[in-house]
Amino acid sequence: MLKYSLDGVPLLTRGATLCRVHDSPARQQGDTSRVVIFATALLFALTLTAQSTNELRFCLRGDPKTFNPLLVEDENSETVLYLTGGVLVRLNRYTQELEGELATKWKVSENGRRIDFELRPNVLFSDGTPFTCEDVASTVRQLMDPAVHSPQADAFRSANGPTESKCTGPSSVMARFPAPVASLAARFDQVGIMSARSAHKESAVLGPFTVAEYKPGTYLLLRRNPNYWKHDSNGKPLPYLDSLRLDIQQNRESELLRFRRGELDIVNKLDPEMYDRLTAEMPHAVVDAGPSLDWEVVFFNQVAGAPLPEYKRRWFRSDEFRRAISDAINREDICRVVYRGHARPAAGPVSVSNRFWLNAALKAPAYSVNTAQARLQRDGFHRSGDALFDRDGHKVEFSMITNAGNKLHERTLALIQQDLAKLGIQLNIVVLDFPSLIERISRSFNYESVLMAFTNVDLDPSDQMNIWLSSGAQHQWNPNQKAPETQWEAEIDKLMQAQAAAPDSKQRKAYFDKVQEIVAEKAPMLFLVNPNALSAVSANLKNVTPALLRPQIYWNVERLAIGSKLVSQR
Amino acid sequence: MKVRLRIMRDRLKPGRAAQMIALVVLALVALASLFAGFIAPSSYSEQFRDAISAPPSARFLLGTDDLGRDRFARLLYGTRVSLLLAPAAALLSTLLAALIGGLAGYLGGRWERYVTSGIDLFLSLPWLFLLLAARALLPLNTSPITSVAITFLLLGCLGWASPARIIRAGTRTLTNADYLVQARASGISGFRLFSRHLLPNLRPILLAQFWISIPVFILSEANLGLLGLGVSEPLPSWGAMLRELENYTAVLQNPWMLAPVVLLVIVVGCLQVVLRTEDQIPC
Repeated sequence: MLKYSLDGVPLLTRGATLCRVHDSPARQQGDTSRVVIFATALLFALTLTAQSTNELRFCLRGDPKTFNPLLVEDENSETVLYLTGGVLVRLNRYTQELEGELATKWKVSENGRRIDFELRPNVLFSDGTPFTCEDVASTVRQLMDPAVHSPQADAFRSANGPTESKCTGPSSVMARFPAPVASLAARFDQVGIMSARSAHKESAVLGPFTVAEYKPGTYLLLRRNPNYWKHDSNGKPLPYLDSLRLDIQQNRESELLRFRRGELDIVNKLDPEMYDRLTAEMPHAVVDAGPSLDWEVVFFNQVAGAPLPEYKRRWFRSDEFRRAISDAINREDICRVVYRGHARPAAGPVSVSNRFWLNAALKAPAYSVNTAQARLQRDGFHRSGDALFDRDGHKVEFSMITNAGNKLHERTLALIQQDLAKLGIQLNIVVLDFPSLIERISRSFNYESVLMAFTNVDLDPSDQMNIWLSSGAQHQWNPNQKAPETQWEAEIDKLMQAQAAAPDSKQRKAYFDKVQEIVAEKAPMLFLVNPNALSAVSANLKNVTPALLRPQIYWNVERLAIGSKLVSQR
Repeated sequence: MKVRLRIMRDRLKPGRAAQMIALVVLALVALASLFAGFIAPSSYSEQFRDAISAPPSARFLLGTDDLGRDRFARLLYGTRVSLLLAPAAALLSTLLAALIGGLAGYLGGRWERYVTSGIDLFLSLPWLFLLLAARALLPLNTSPITSVAITFLLLGCLGWASPARIIRAGTRTLTNADYLVQARASGISGFRLFSRHLLPNLRPILLAQFWISIPVFILSEANLGLLGLGVSEPLPSWGAMLRELENYTAVLQNPWMLAPVVLLVIVVGCLQVVLRTEDQIPC
């Protein structure tokens, strides 16, 4: 920043000299004051410019709902937490390994119930308050306090009971939970440590940036934390950037336009169409980090009390029917046509990018109309003319809902519609606004099938507990079961609980591999594709190492730097 | 021979000639959409997945969309939907507006105040929620044809308020016109005065409202897709095709994507010429 202020001086001198050379002596005195005014204005402008030169700019899709690290629920607040919050351990988004941050060492014991942290010494909060073990103990206590209703606490609540958290030495702290917690250390990646003593509480942070200004609906300005503890290999304090400006912008087209004009440095989560458009104009700016952890899935309504005709419920509860639909969907075409090649056919709940937990023996179902027809025949369906009928003579016709405004989903459904027409199935596409869709799939259960996207934020399968346990509210095809309604759901329940409790990661993987096999065989959810993580990055941003896990581009924000070319442009 | 030519020249006065041309264009468009099944080389729903976003060629006259569907076939079939239903919805809303706004202006006094307040109230209601509720009430397995018919019916029923305001104001101006005073003096009153003397003189206003409503309804149909109403896949409509134009860079690179806009302008323009010329001819 200082450098650019100094750079302005010779420029200013040159400007003043030029004025003198071209002016007549008679007007020299009067013009001197003009030169002084001009110089002052220029200096002011240069100072303003210099203030913003070392600033990274990108967009949030909406206002963050909270700055309290323990109440973070939405994606925008999550971004702010990532950029400002200090955590004990951090999952390296690139290597997918757990690394110490505020904790130098940690040890999990008592079968996953207890964790002990050794804390980094001489760390200060952004307001200058020292970081102590009491801050960690107090944060854990607040986190687990039922009155706080912290969404992050769900990951630690494997059973009811008190949580203990206390200092065990001047720079060590322990936390004991009522029951074993799977991947206990990794869970602390999402827990921003709050100061127990600072008067500023939420604004006193341990992360690389602090919230400096917030204008709701317009922008959020984060400034460099002067007390941030990290240094680079040359001993230079991090972060390199002076500030981050997060403009609140919902419109994706405007965001892209601003990126193309150089007003933004990053666009996260580009859709394939925008990515291709940008590739044509700025081929060096686009980043395809490969298949993300997110799923695009189809599932059928199998809820016992759902307002469905009995014969349709029978179809949807039939393994052969679901697998026939799965076989008839051309996943390769979805990747190629809808995602323009920026997606990978999905084999199951684990993306190919999740190296450790992937059951590599499973492959995405191959597109085969013949296999699908054979399965349907075995299940009593028969073809008559262009239509398919079940054994009782009901024409096979059902609706598939998806959220309105999502072009990728609408196009995917159009492809599925034509694929299923080859089997004689009439698929009615229904697009609904998102709240109506959620109402139907989670409360009224007034739907037949749905195409949805699931965003996966964690590599660990314990994060998917709410989906696979039959008692779970997000066991979407038949949620909140009092007891498992099928043998295989009971088996999945058992395996998921076993993997959560197993101390050894190899043992856990073996259990979860089996879950993936059952899911592939029973097809409660038809996994279609894993879309690629697409972003755009300014060529002048240095040290960018795109990762698959969120936040893909700025996961190493403290090491990002603005190149000199962009600085001079600004 | 000279006499015959003179008759033809007399018949084809400037207004008449424009009207004839407009009628021919409209007839061609209507025939093309009616016989889309014979003219279009392929079905509007067939996906040629090996030819996605293809440029115009002998196989695909207007290229293909991003699912590989023939744009020419979709335009023809879409014309059928939009050309039939958008004017029908516009007619419904204009008739409602004429009845409500015309009566309010004609009756005046407290009736006018009530109706004006009613129009203001109607315009201030959050119709988005009503439309969402309407979608929630529809069964999920609604055929695309039923869905599109319901959409335009809703548009027709909801689109009367703004025109009604204008028609009310127009009626107020006309109520003191000399010919109405004379009609009243001749003992004509009530419905006869309204229907025989007032309404025909409101015709220019009604026609203007009708023409304005057609493109508005076509575009509204496209926007209603966001609420889950509108034309559902794979049925095409002009509105659905116009949604493609959101991608402005693609439009610059593939100007043939503008075909539905061009057709919309031509059709609305021709309809206007036909009826304006008609309007100028004394009844």
